[in-house]
Amino acid sequence: MTELVEELARQVPDLRKLQAFAGAAAHTPYLADPQAKLHRKLCVSLEDAIRRSGLRDGMTISFHHAFREGDKVINQVVNKLAEMGFKDLTLATSSLLNCHDPLVEHFKSGVITQVYTSGLRGKIGEAISRGVLPRPVQIHSHGGRVNLLQSGELKIDVAFLGVSCCDEFGNASGSQGKLICGALGYAKVDAQYARSVVLLTAELVPFPNHPASISQDQVDLIVHLDDVGDPTLISKGAARTTKNPRELLIASLAADVVEHSGYFRDGFSMQTGSGASSIAATRFLGEKMAETGITASFALGGITGGIAELHAKGLIKTVIDVQSFDSDAAESLRLGQAHIEISANEYANPTSKGAYVDRIDVVILAALEIDLGFNVNVITGSDGVLRGASGGHCDVAAAANLAIVVAPLVRGRLPTVVSKVTTVVTPGESIGVLVTDQGIAVNSKHPELAKRLLDAGLPVVGIEELHRRAIALTGEPEPLKFLDRIVGLIRYRDGTVIDVVRQVDERE
Amino acid sequence: MKLRRSMLFVPGDAAGMVSTSFVFKPDTIMFDLEDAVSPREKDSARLLVYQALRHPAYRDIETAVRINELDTEYGPKDLEMAVRGGADLIRLPKTETAADIELLDRHITRIEQACGRPIGQTRVIAAIESASGVVNAVSITRASPRMIAVALAGFDYLVDMQSERSGGSEPELFYARAAVLHAARAAGIGAYDVAYGDVNDIGGFLREVMIAKNLGFNGKSLIHPRQIQPLHKAYAPTRQELAYARRVIEAAEKAKREGLGVTSLDGKMIDPPVIAHAELVIRRAEAA
Repeated sequence: MTELVEELARQVPDLRKLQAFAGAAAHTPYLADPQAKLHRKLCVSLEDAIRRSGLRDGMTISFHHAFREGDKVINQVVNKLAEMGFKDLTLATSSLLNCHDPLVEHFKSGVITQVYTSGLRGKIGEAISRGVLPRPVQIHSHGGRVNLLQSGELKIDVAFLGVSCCDEFGNASGSQGKLICGALGYAKVDAQYARSVVLLTAELVPFPNHPASISQDQVDLIVHLDDVGDPTLISKGAARTTKNPRELLIASLAADVVEHSGYFRDGFSMQTGSGASSIAATRFLGEKMAETGITASFALGGITGGIAELHAKGLIKTVIDVQSFDSDAAESLRLGQAHIEISANEYANPTSKGAYVDRIDVVILAALEIDLGFNVNVITGSDGVLRGASGGHCDVAAAANLAIVVAPLVRGRLPTVVSKVTTVVTPGESIGVLVTDQGIAVNSKHPELAKRLLDAGLPVVGIEELHRRAIALTGEPEPLKFLDRIVGLIRYRDGTVIDVVRQVDERE
Repeated sequence: MKLRRSMLFVPGDAAGMVSTSFVFKPDTIMFDLEDAVSPREKDSARLLVYQALRHPAYRDIETAVRINELDTEYGPKDLEMAVRGGADLIRLPKTETAADIELLDRHITRIEQACGRPIGQTRVIAAIESASGVVNAVSITRASPRMIAVALAGFDYLVDMQSERSGGSEPELFYARAAVLHAARAAGIGAYDVAYGDVNDIGGFLREVMIAKNLGFNGKSLIHPRQIQPLHKAYAPTRQELAYARRVIEAAEKAKREGLGVTSLDGKMIDPPVIAHAELVIRRAEAA
């Protein structure tokens, strides 16, 4: 054999690097061993999986957040990494929630020195806003995260992906098994781009496990963990059905705006967020659909039980699910009747060859603050501290035909409509309408829409008027105090920097 | 005449609600300084309500203040604030006799004079919450030209009567409802039915609304914004009722043009009471 290759190299020099055949399993020795061939991915423990993944100091680890507040993977893995002595890791997770507060200790001790995420709350947000990390946190959108992976800026060395069940080859699902989290839209992307993929599964099921969200050819290692997450906590924090009359009022107005927007016609497409008013708006919109006989061709996004219910009633033909916000949505996905699971790349990446957001007519989104230019802040609180999530906000706002923002005009003692937002996450050019409990403002880019809503008798006023009303109630808030040091970058979905977050100034 | 179906109670000490409850658009917002406010919060609640009454956001909505009884240390201060603040209506709790209203009237006149409000601008609603109040309803409703309505308060009344709440159609409230309503109608003023306490039970609330509406009450006192829309919807005429009312008005106008006193529509007589009812239906439809 060797002679043949040598002769080939003499005759065709550019083929000289080809190697001679040396046996069926010479380059894949695990295939020669019947045991290894079938069971080689199974690890005896998390520590075993970490060692075999080839993780070293300074590398990047990734996680998904499909279990939301019920996630138990991130804390478990990072605790183990700390115990094993790892340092200087980059944590790249699709999002961080309150349940991840214990990570702050690992920021302080230098186990994690850089973070990429779409959101952060609780003690993590406070610690980062006070400058605990040596490098700024990178806040990306769900679509933008895929863009960072594709551009090569974000290189995942090891992805630790919690799943509900998988077989010993790695065919994994979030919507089958005992501890279901629903769609694995963010995990699917990590499985594709990570150098090494470790599944942490609640259940090992017989081969072949189908339908699978993550396929065997993307999986390196598998650990069975009893506790990957608590499905009952997935919808915690994201209010399901509100009884708050103010939120219901806003939701009802938002549904009226959709009805008279010009997009409410048979076959329209919609997305609603997980905020209380968005969920309630879904219900009001469902009533209008049932009354008029208008049905939606598809609903997209993080999917709530409200959307699943309209789907079950035949009011939404297809549900396209990147993440299931509650157990009803996850159950609808498990049934799988015109409820399909997609990756974050299919969902919202601006440079994807096909993103579903590009085909959305109307989206209803929340805001912490919105300013006179319709710029939206969903990441920093009224104290300037990081406590929110970019999520898919700027992705779907940019792509949809009409983005409707819903928010109370005043929260507590503070105005929601401000002259300038603390942090821009979604640029005003993407926002069509603001719906508050004290009136509706339409972006001046859409005069025809303003006219339609006024003709329908809706309380449309200028955003300046809403701001004036808010300030009349609250007074002009004192400006927030920040130090110069940048502790966070807000990356727009195309990777550009749209704003920065500075360290909060707590000096008296 | 202003349509008054919904009178929303807003606890005077709840700053968040006091500052923005106008967004729910009840017919009348009633800031409560009485039972909803604990004694230690009475003074701060009074200040909060005063600020709300002066706020431009409340200029376009009718405001009422439920003051404490005048023989308490809070009542006179509440009244002083409410009249000076510009409240459209004062709701007097636990009205027992006409003398209670006459005393209130004199105090209001004095305060109106002192602060420069037109005399008589501040109107009064008497809340009837006891057997004596029900028995004296006829004289109470006529005790002052400021009176625009009476409101029956079921909870205190039933305690006073030693009644049990039976649920359903509530026969234990029937006499009081009928007596208060008759007194109001005879005096030419409005009448509000009792508040419904279970804010989560909209079905039960609507059953009670229908009892009140069919008896002839103008509306109800409400304890939660969630009750406003169901109440307004229940009081809104159906399409058929509205269409019929419009035809009645057309027929009446035609008859008037032709100099006829009485006319008929679909074989039924159209006389002043029928026309008045048709006008009410149209007003309710326009407000719904």
